[in-house]
Amino acid sequence: MKDFEYANPTSVKAAVDLLSDSWGNTEVLAGGTDLITSMKQGLTEPTRLVSLKNIKKLQGISKKKGTLQIGAATTLSALAANGDVQQHFPALVTAIEGIGSAQMINVGTAGGDLFQRPRCWYFRQGYGLLGVYEGKSLIPEGDNRYHAIFGNAGPAYYVNPSSLAPALIALGASVSVVGDGGEREIKVADLHTTPSNTGQREFSIEPNEIAVAITIPMNGLKNATYEIRQRRGLDWPLVTASVAFKAGSIVSGTNVVLGHVAPVPWRSSAASAALNGKFVNAAAAAAAGEAATRGAAPLSKNGYKVQQVKVAVKRAILAANA
Amino acid sequence: MAKSAWPEANRRKQIGARIARHDGPPKATGAARYAYDMNPKGMLFAKMLQCPHGHAKVISVDASAAEAMPGVAMVLVEKDKDGEFPATTFDGAIIATVAATTEEIAEEALSAIEVEYEMREVITNDREHGLVSGRAAETGDAATVMDGAEVVSEGYYGLPTITHCCLESHGQVCEFRDGELYIWPSTQNVSGYAGSVRTAADLPNEKIHVDVQYMGGGFGSKFTAGPWGTACVEIAKATGKPVKLMLDRAQELKSAGHRPSNFGTVKIGLKKDGTITGFHSDVWGTNGQGRFAQRAMPYCLKEIPNIYTRSQGIVTNRGSVQAWRAPNHPQAAYLTMSALEDAAAKIGMDALEFLKKNLVFGDVDRKDYWAEELDIAAEMIGYASKAHPRGDKTPGNIKRGIGISFHLWGGKGGASACDLTINPTGTVGAKIGSQDLGVGTRTCIAQVAAETLGIPIDMITVEIGRNSYPASGASGGSTTIGGISTSTRDAATKALNVIMANVAPGLNVAPDKLEAWDGRIQEIGNPSNGLSWQDACKSLGQMALTKQGSNPTEDGTELTTADVGGVQMAEVSVDIETGIVTMENFVAVQDIGLIINEKLAESQVHGAMIMGVTWALYEECVYDATTGKMLNPDMEFYQLATLGDIGNFQVKLMDGEKYQSRGVIGIGEPPAISPGAAIGNAVANAIGVRVPELPLTPDRVLQALNEGGMV
Amino acid sequence: MSGKTHVQTTINGEHTDFLCEPRQSLLEVLRDVVGLTGTKEGCNDGNCGACTVILDGRIVTACLVLGVEAEGAEITTIEGIASGGILHPIQQAFLENAALQCGVCTPGFILASKALLDENPNPTEHEIRFWLANNLCRCTGYDKIVRAVLDAAATMQEV
Repeated sequence: MKDFEYANPTSVKAAVDLLSDSWGNTEVLAGGTDLITSMKQGLTEPTRLVSLKNIKKLQGISKKKGTLQIGAATTLSALAANGDVQQHFPALVTAIEGIGSAQMINVGTAGGDLFQRPRCWYFRQGYGLLGVYEGKSLIPEGDNRYHAIFGNAGPAYYVNPSSLAPALIALGASVSVVGDGGEREIKVADLHTTPSNTGQREFSIEPNEIAVAITIPMNGLKNATYEIRQRRGLDWPLVTASVAFKAGSIVSGTNVVLGHVAPVPWRSSAASAALNGKFVNAAAAAAAGEAATRGAAPLSKNGYKVQQVKVAVKRAILAANA
Repeated sequence: MAKSAWPEANRRKQIGARIARHDGPPKATGAARYAYDMNPKGMLFAKMLQCPHGHAKVISVDASAAEAMPGVAMVLVEKDKDGEFPATTFDGAIIATVAATTEEIAEEALSAIEVEYEMREVITNDREHGLVSGRAAETGDAATVMDGAEVVSEGYYGLPTITHCCLESHGQVCEFRDGELYIWPSTQNVSGYAGSVRTAADLPNEKIHVDVQYMGGGFGSKFTAGPWGTACVEIAKATGKPVKLMLDRAQELKSAGHRPSNFGTVKIGLKKDGTITGFHSDVWGTNGQGRFAQRAMPYCLKEIPNIYTRSQGIVTNRGSVQAWRAPNHPQAAYLTMSALEDAAAKIGMDALEFLKKNLVFGDVDRKDYWAEELDIAAEMIGYASKAHPRGDKTPGNIKRGIGISFHLWGGKGGASACDLTINPTGTVGAKIGSQDLGVGTRTCIAQVAAETLGIPIDMITVEIGRNSYPASGASGGSTTIGGISTSTRDAATKALNVIMANVAPGLNVAPDKLEAWDGRIQEIGNPSNGLSWQDACKSLGQMALTKQGSNPTEDGTELTTADVGGVQMAEVSVDIETGIVTMENFVAVQDIGLIINEKLAESQVHGAMIMGVTWALYEECVYDATTGKMLNPDMEFYQLATLGDIGNFQVKLMDGEKYQSRGVIGIGEPPAISPGAAIGNAVANAIGVRVPELPLTPDRVLQALNEGGMV
Repeated sequence: MSGKTHVQTTINGEHTDFLCEPRQSLLEVLRDVVGLTGTKEGCNDGNCGACTVILDGRIVTACLVLGVEAEGAEITTIEGIASGGILHPIQQAFLENAALQCGVCTPGFILASKALLDENPNPTEHEIRFWLANNLCRCTGYDKIVRAVLDAAATMQEV
């Protein structure tokens, strides 16, 4: 790992001031479960690391005006153990437990989960986020078993790795970020972008902005996450689906969001539309699952994910209604 | 005189006991020091620069900037015998090694080395036959092998290359002192290790001192020093400082050894009653750049009347092979046993009945064992109530199935010598130049010595892991337990005979009428005419007594033999909507000879089964076809089973006079052979179609279901 | 660039100061600076759990924590589990159940088990399997590890 300066400011403002306005010069250290490995692998070589450890304001979970506010540096294990989260947002609890590692969720943070970099093995082996070698992406003809089936017309083929984002988007959550221009609110749905060239990062925040809190409306939506993963331990899901909807005699306001299928958390309006106006039952859930696959364009080795999307959406809907 | 033959069953107190391992406390407290825990004063940290390309020629290496960095002690650029840069034929080939005062400096220096490569064509695809041909080996007549068959069952099967993934990586710490080399490697070959660094050290073996008290897994990949070991020695020699060179995880997975792939078609000719008439296999695979060798097919049923086999190696830009737990057996078992169950399914016959019927073609030494073990395994897993024809017809998305496989292995003890010393106070020391890969070598030596001398086990001190001790073979081929137990028994018997000869006159009996029992040397069957072990040892006077025993024994007494078999049955459930396979129950019935320590023997079987679940469900070296880059040289995507993935295990070690009379036989490897076949067969039985290639990942399962029209 | 930082911690109950570079992981610090080599390196990226230690009451993989971030922390490593030469019931249960072979994964498993039993003295088999699911073993047998943790839980309840 390249040497760097370690800074551990005690205020958000001081932290922001320590950040560079171009990506990669400085990095924000939250839990570090992704960043430390990325630095060991030389994927990022910051000259300064800004630790959030001593900024008390970033910790904790509280109710505020019909929302739940989650400090960005709250650990995932604290989040999953919170009574309000357990009562109102099972979609989040399932997503955190699904990480399959006490060690990771004890250290990993809510904010860090949203801003971790993709696990694409071409990216991790040094071919950049777009997997480029000799001017061309290796991924379409390479081993793309874990890559995107949506939003993959190029140049990005990786999948968004966030465990929380699909659930947060389904729940209508937003993130407050602070930069040198002050604080602003971004919908989690708008947080991730698809870069068009290798120099860009995959986030809609500025390099010198810091996420401070996540706000989730507490409006009684039924919600659940269903993850398909091979191992019952630390492992990445192959496909996840998070759903939230307003329960009544018939369903309304459905949000179906898929994880690990596209460079961004993938909102399936077709699946949402398919469920709205229906009674929740196996047939309606299956129909929504079917609808969620609309537009899928698998690469050479990831066609199986289309089938898994169907199942994940169906099971998430049934779990939310259970 | 006491005989070195194993004692009768009613005369065993230590042998066969379930004793906790003696190396347990240091391992459980963190006190055990492995190679990479050694930190001699003034030590340099060495790191290797590896070729990042699948296939390239090195044109130039400029290490001057690295050499100039403060803290860098040496940069060793890899050259072959002719002084040329060696060919880099896989991702991970070594280009240079840097030694520096800290790990961080060494790493920074690596990135300062400039290498110019000329790219070459990369071939990593080993799934398609005949892309690049090695020499084909052929037996039998393909044209007539299916003559007389009423039904022919044909299938394609494959297993990719996998790697050992030892939790402790390869490497060593070494130091020159007073013109001699002291070396702490991670190796499964203490007595033979010096030979692989002798040239680099420019020293004779006796000036190379190897010390391995603990080591973290080898599985066949740690017999020699490897290029990193020799580089480490060269740097230590040139700098005069201790040097540590341990591979990092990526290097470990890329370059420290792979298991060859096997892909191929197998045809089985049958009578309608299920009798096999012919066997045809056409198999290929890769050993990177090395020569490919396939285990003779068919596996286990070599007496099938009509056999044709062909095997061919494919040269690829993948890492090269090291022996992998039961070399080539798991692949042969997977191809054969999968084809057998497919043949049974094709004629609608129960798999167990089919296998038992065709055991007539089995290895003559083992077929009766297999027959008995098949019945026992069936009982253990509840075969009678659970078995169903191929394809679980119960409604719902979860399908269950059972699969079967059986295997064979040698396991005869390897060469071993033991120095056993009896002190005048009665305490005993045993020294063997062997190693403990986790088997429990120390514990087993102590048990055999205590048993032979009739004394409590805590009177025995065991020393292993140094090449200054009597030489013992490498731990490979499941040869350790037979070797060390024989040499210990032999040495202890010889020493005991001296004690007995000393005390016999005083007891007024011939030495051969004495026994060592219950802490006494006494007339056989007459405890009143005897003396305590401690008193007997006083006969030694001032001098301790040391005797050397060996395997093979000098008098030809056979305390270890070969040839074990085993049967495994797996029960899985498969979610046919997601393609996820779940291990439910896994049964291993393993015959073994005389069991020295049942607890430790069971651990070996458990470990082998877990390794088997792992390669059946998860393990695969993935390479990019364009660049030859290994895409999963980490434990994130090179996946091992976790605690949640293995289901319930049941192990039955065959025991009793019939087995014990064979002497001691090693079983580290045999239980690692059948898991892939048993689990693959269980999946086919559950979902109704064969998933041809391991590992049985959801994508492969769903593809097989789709192609089979099952979803 | 930034030189070494002075970090104050409590390791296995003893006040321990060390100097480290910001880029050194807690794993490197424990092994190479403090000299506690019982904490093992398996994968160095958080996937194998061999370097599990207890940091302020919670298990973490030391390879993913920077040494400088341990300022003020209480750390328990494998060397701090036995007391006065007496093995902890978990260590004893690992021995009796043959839950270890080569031993490289063992310290991590024991620490993860200890953190589990500290928090949940009577875990179900299911909970044990989940809690230990980030600790990989290549050679022993997970089954025996589960038995060992169940046994240790029973023993610790008796005491």
